[in-house]
Amino acid sequence: MSKQIKIVDIGLGNIASIQNMLKKIGQDSERITEPILDDTKIDLLILPGVGSFDYAMGKLNSGGWTDWIRQVATEKKVKLMGICLGMQLLCEGSEEGDLQGLSLIPGHFKKFSSNGGADRLKVPHMGWNTVHYNERGSWMMEGHEDDPRYYFVHSYYYTHPEPTYIAGTTDYGVEYGSAIQNGNVFGFQYHPEKSHRFGMNLLRNVIKQLC
Amino acid sequence: MLNHRVIPALLLKNGGLVKTHKFKDPKYVGDPINAIRIFNDKEVDELMVLDIVASKEGQEPDYRMIELFAGECFMPLCYGGGIKTMEQADRIFNMGVEKISIQTAAIEDLGLIREVADKYGSQAVVISVDIKRTLFGGTKLYRSATSDTDKENWKTFLTRAVDAGAGEVLINAVDKDGTLSGPDLELIKEANSELDIPLIALGGVSSLEDIRLAVEAGASAVAAGAFFVFHGPHRAVLITYPKYEELEKLFMNGVNE
Repeated sequence: MSKQIKIVDIGLGNIASIQNMLKKIGQDSERITEPILDDTKIDLLILPGVGSFDYAMGKLNSGGWTDWIRQVATEKKVKLMGICLGMQLLCEGSEEGDLQGLSLIPGHFKKFSSNGGADRLKVPHMGWNTVHYNERGSWMMEGHEDDPRYYFVHSYYYTHPEPTYIAGTTDYGVEYGSAIQNGNVFGFQYHPEKSHRFGMNLLRNVIKQLC
Repeated sequence: MLNHRVIPALLLKNGGLVKTHKFKDPKYVGDPINAIRIFNDKEVDELMVLDIVASKEGQEPDYRMIELFAGECFMPLCYGGGIKTMEQADRIFNMGVEKISIQTAAIEDLGLIREVADKYGSQAVVISVDIKRTLFGGTKLYRSATSDTDKENWKTFLTRAVDAGAGEVLINAVDKDGTLSGPDLELIKEANSELDIPLIALGGVSSLEDIRLAVEAGASAVAAGAFFVFHGPHRAVLITYPKYEELEKLFMNGVNE
């Protein structure tokens, strides 16, 4: 049976791309433009997002999403997946803004430093890069022999004093957590929906996790 | 390690895929949807689709076609051509396009760049400039919609566009377009020295070696048209794209970054 997948639509992020790829792997999904307050079954809630941290967090706060998402994830234990900025929103906060994140995964985001000079890092980190999954991320890695590659576009990266929540890492000047997980809540800094068979495989692995 | 992106740049004219020579003589090369499917199978890094007549003839973007592209692309897609208003940009992003490229509207007024960047983020806005060399080797900002050059220094213009919120620069060497005669490396160097954001170089690429040279000159990404759609001395239409392993080897051996 097809799983019930809902995508949070706050007017940010490329929802059509996510739906296109889910459709390609035989999975229906639905955009939701407001929190679902009844007992509708949700197997997976997706929080996509591009743009700035405070703008998106402001939208979540004013639309009544923040408490609802937290409740769905912590009380109902619905699987929650953040993509790109969506992953950042799952954490506590970002140098980019002042608002508090959803705080479902401990961690903060810090800006890549474009430290001048000839070999300076261009910011954003944009393009294809590899992800090295660890034990925690082994389910994300299923079906791949080598480190898979994905499309990235972001200027802020995950930091936390402990590696506890890191499921996969990427190197761009620093080695940082590009896949993170805390129980039923997980996030990818990269865009599986724009990463060919690598992304398709990752979404298949996500769907396998749903019960 | 981050790999440099290698991007097929497809030109659209009235629903058909064309290839130009120095921005002139568009030659029909095939059905764009078919081409996109092939590039999808070849797992290209990113795809760029530029409508070369929309701005020139004041047409609306071809939404039906853009939607078809977006539905087929499992890699990032950038669309450019004829976007003048926020409503048009909204509509295109809603279809599943990641980035829009703006030139004509930006030369008139940077307000659209600012507005799109505020709503969708800088990474969604590419400022596209066409640069033409003068008889004496100087460089001028070329306006593709009117086929003439602009008085403003292109570097000043780029700085303003980046300040307004553009997250990436597409620099197209007019005199190299469709010539397969190698990229304008001096131009790439000059542009790169001014920029902290990713630079996409387009124009003249004829080989993997050219791609490597463009990257060495400072391009974050290299786009090409003719190189990916023509084959052999008679320019038979054949869609190709290097294998990932070839690109990985190309950048590993030669580029100091």
